[in-house]
Amino acid sequence: MLATGQQDKLASLADQLGTEGRSLWQDARRRLFRNRAALASMIILGIITLLAIVGPFFSPHPYDEIYWDRMTIGPEIANSHWFGTDSVGRDLFVRTMYGARVSLMVAFLATGVSLIIGVTYGAAAGYFGGRLDGLMMRFVDIMYSMPFMFFVIILMVIFGRNIFLIFLALGAVEWLTMARIVRGQTLNVKNKEFIEAAVASGVSTWGVISRHIIPNVLGPVIVYLTLTIPQVILIESFLSFLGLGVQEPLTSWGVLISDGAKEMETAPWMLILPAFFLAATLFCFNFIGDGLRDALDPKDR
Amino acid sequence: MLNYAVRRILGAIPTLFIIITLTFFLIRLAPGGPFDQEQTLPPEIEANLKAAYHLDKPMLVQYGYYLSNLARGDFGPSFKFKDFTVTQLIWQGFPVSMRLGLTAMLVALFVGIPLGSYAALRQNSRVDYSVMTVAMVGVAIPNFVVAPLLSLIFGIYLGWLPVAGWNDGALSHLILPVTALSLPYIAYIARLTRGSMIEVLGTNYVRTARAKGLPERTVITRHAFKAALLPVVSFLGPATARIISGSLVIEQIFGLPGIGRYFVQGALNRDYTLVMGVVIFYATLIILFNLVVDLVYAWLDPRVQYE
Amino acid sequence: MSSSLLTIEGLQVRFETADGEVSAVNGMDLDIGQGERIAVVGESGSGKSQAFLACLGLLARNGSAHGQVRWQDLNLLELSQQKLNTIRGRHIGMVFQDPMTALTPHLKVGRQLNEVLEIHRGQTGTLARQRCLEVLDQVRMPDPDKRLDQYPHELSGGMRQRVMIAMALLCEPKVLIADEPTTALDVTIQAEILALFKDLVEQQSMALVLITHDLGVVAGLCERAAVMYAGRVVEAGSVADLFTAPAHPYTAGLIGSTPKLKQAYGEPMPTIPGQPPNLSNLPVGCAFRPRCRYGIERCAERPKFKPLADGQGAACHRAGEWGGGA
Repeated sequence: MLATGQQDKLASLADQLGTEGRSLWQDARRRLFRNRAALASMIILGIITLLAIVGPFFSPHPYDEIYWDRMTIGPEIANSHWFGTDSVGRDLFVRTMYGARVSLMVAFLATGVSLIIGVTYGAAAGYFGGRLDGLMMRFVDIMYSMPFMFFVIILMVIFGRNIFLIFLALGAVEWLTMARIVRGQTLNVKNKEFIEAAVASGVSTWGVISRHIIPNVLGPVIVYLTLTIPQVILIESFLSFLGLGVQEPLTSWGVLISDGAKEMETAPWMLILPAFFLAATLFCFNFIGDGLRDALDPKDR
Repeated sequence: MLNYAVRRILGAIPTLFIIITLTFFLIRLAPGGPFDQEQTLPPEIEANLKAAYHLDKPMLVQYGYYLSNLARGDFGPSFKFKDFTVTQLIWQGFPVSMRLGLTAMLVALFVGIPLGSYAALRQNSRVDYSVMTVAMVGVAIPNFVVAPLLSLIFGIYLGWLPVAGWNDGALSHLILPVTALSLPYIAYIARLTRGSMIEVLGTNYVRTARAKGLPERTVITRHAFKAALLPVVSFLGPATARIISGSLVIEQIFGLPGIGRYFVQGALNRDYTLVMGVVIFYATLIILFNLVVDLVYAWLDPRVQYE
Repeated sequence: MSSSLLTIEGLQVRFETADGEVSAVNGMDLDIGQGERIAVVGESGSGKSQAFLACLGLLARNGSAHGQVRWQDLNLLELSQQKLNTIRGRHIGMVFQDPMTALTPHLKVGRQLNEVLEIHRGQTGTLARQRCLEVLDQVRMPDPDKRLDQYPHELSGGMRQRVMIAMALLCEPKVLIADEPTTALDVTIQAEILALFKDLVEQQSMALVLITHDLGVVAGLCERAAVMYAGRVVEAGSVADLFTAPAHPYTAGLIGSTPKLKQAYGEPMPTIPGQPPNLSNLPVGCAFRPRCRYGIERCAERPKFKPLADGQGAACHRAGEWGGGA
């Protein structure tokens, strides 16, 4: 039995550890908010997302209406074609916002899919280790040797360019790195003394995974997540640019940029405006990812 | 080392086999077949065509035929480009794609590494911030945006460089595509180099080197540089794969006769053999390149031992 | 005391961090005489390592040093890198704490040794190799010939530390600074390395600065010791005096909390209550005051370092009168 005094000491020690655990995330948040580039990026990204959601309601033009008398006209306030029209006479502002919806939605869903597959796969491989781990990681290695864009293109062809399957295809490819990161972290954490202590004191496997391993791999996963989103946006635009992405009359930034590139000599706004939104979004995600990494990485303190 | 290389190459065979199998069945899952668009074909001719390509057989038999041909190094005939075999098409496009990709990769290394090192040595200076901001732009703006902008400015407005075409790889025809293809990698490599250089400059062994009284230049070149390059070397593996796919777009935009163009058309037209051929070819290339990267890594870092 | 070789005066070391400024060293004074063996003792965070890193211009990027570190007629803190490079590695050698990470992984041991000779003595080739072997022999490295062509990762921790020591000895420095040279090693290896240090200082006329938190190490090796707390020297004197009659309560606490073999089982371990001070927000006055049993009102003002008998001295208002001390 512990003497009362010792028990008090233990309790206060536990308190201290508790606050430390919390303050790690608080610290990270404080550092993130102090990073001006990351903060500005979060605000800009918020604005773009908001515009994508509510922007089209403010315009009198539907995204697929063709104005035969107003093809390829530049941005104008008077006729409320704020971004001008495209080569078949559709309002570019509304189309850019619809493009934003598609691009962002695809990005979030695909990243979500990659997160679920990657974390489950990586955590399982790392946690169970041994031969199963070897086998699972060997499969990841094989997948890495796939010329991956070609693989996505094949998937696109199979799924007949169905937008809801695009993100499945992208997620199905993007989970590899996530799995590696999670596995590495899990292996790393698994061998730490506090896990041994938890196991020794009879905490169940699931308890160990959910209470000890997941919180500890969360940092790198979040960072990688913020860097996956822009990558997926990029791939989606890339596929759309090649004519393999979403189909008319629906649109995405890649489609708009591809159309714009064809008309850039006569109608540069068709290229520049969607390209600007795409670049700004990618920019913001990258800055946020960088900021998060700096905030969560204790090495840079 | 040689032993290791041989074993790695042998180990790649099952990998390739899985990739071949996966691609073979995946592409045949896609709705439609290679001769769908040729509605003018009388049914008996189409049947003959299919028979000639073994497309009338069960899928497993087709798979068997394909594998046995492949074992003899034969990728089969292209379904779409009827006068060519897939091998011919690949060897036609590959020199173009390789020249483009390799040049872009070298440019990325020779610009990105010095840029990143320079920024790291002047950490938090104005130079550092401007290099890193430009690098962020490079990472964030995709090459299918950069490429049209470049040709708009340098090709159309200024008229300095040709907007499209290959012209046997003449330098003037290479500049714009290579620039567009390499920009994101210059940026990425610069960021990578900067980060790892900063990390290495903070290590204990760099402190030891300084404590020995070595001039800063020696400290950096002899003690820091090699270690700082390791992440860049690791990146070269995935970078090859990405440059290969990046050149899909670049070849399209600049109208270059590389493999990428065949592939996109092949996929759209269900040209099974062409798609398979390109995937297998590039997978082999990526595997080989990854092996080279690992060997270079071992050469740079003696702690890595390949048994 | 012999004539002084390296004199530290009013040394301040600060680090800019994202969470504000941290003062690691706050007005440290220390005089190191020719051929003297001095121990600098303190807990982690007492600034003992950073002080000497600052002397050689080896602080991390965010660190800055102020004050005086006099070497001959130069202030080391004001020298250019170039000038400093003619002194460090040549006249002042340094051995670091963690031999596992202190050697460049991609260079062979021989290269890492002979580059010192190349830069300071212009020796290369067989001449340099000869000297490297000689010094490796001196540090009792087994198979020195073989080691030169090995990479650091092929050596054990103890061997690596021997390489580090050899590296510092190559140019026969006048001062050898050893920063916790045994902390990262196994106990048996620790004893060997300490024995080596002992022999080295006995054979050679160089001064030794041994930075350590381990009082046991001090006794056998050094004649004088300086105890550091919160970036200041709070007590200095001969090792014998410090052990038998500590004048500063902190020194007494440090000695008291060293585990003893004779201690009865179950008897509580004596400790110094409280926590080391927060370096980004040091208390006004004596930094040890919050943990001190003997505090009085005057401790609210910072005590000056005052000399006592026999070259002993302490920064404590009640030095010698609180019960311990001379």
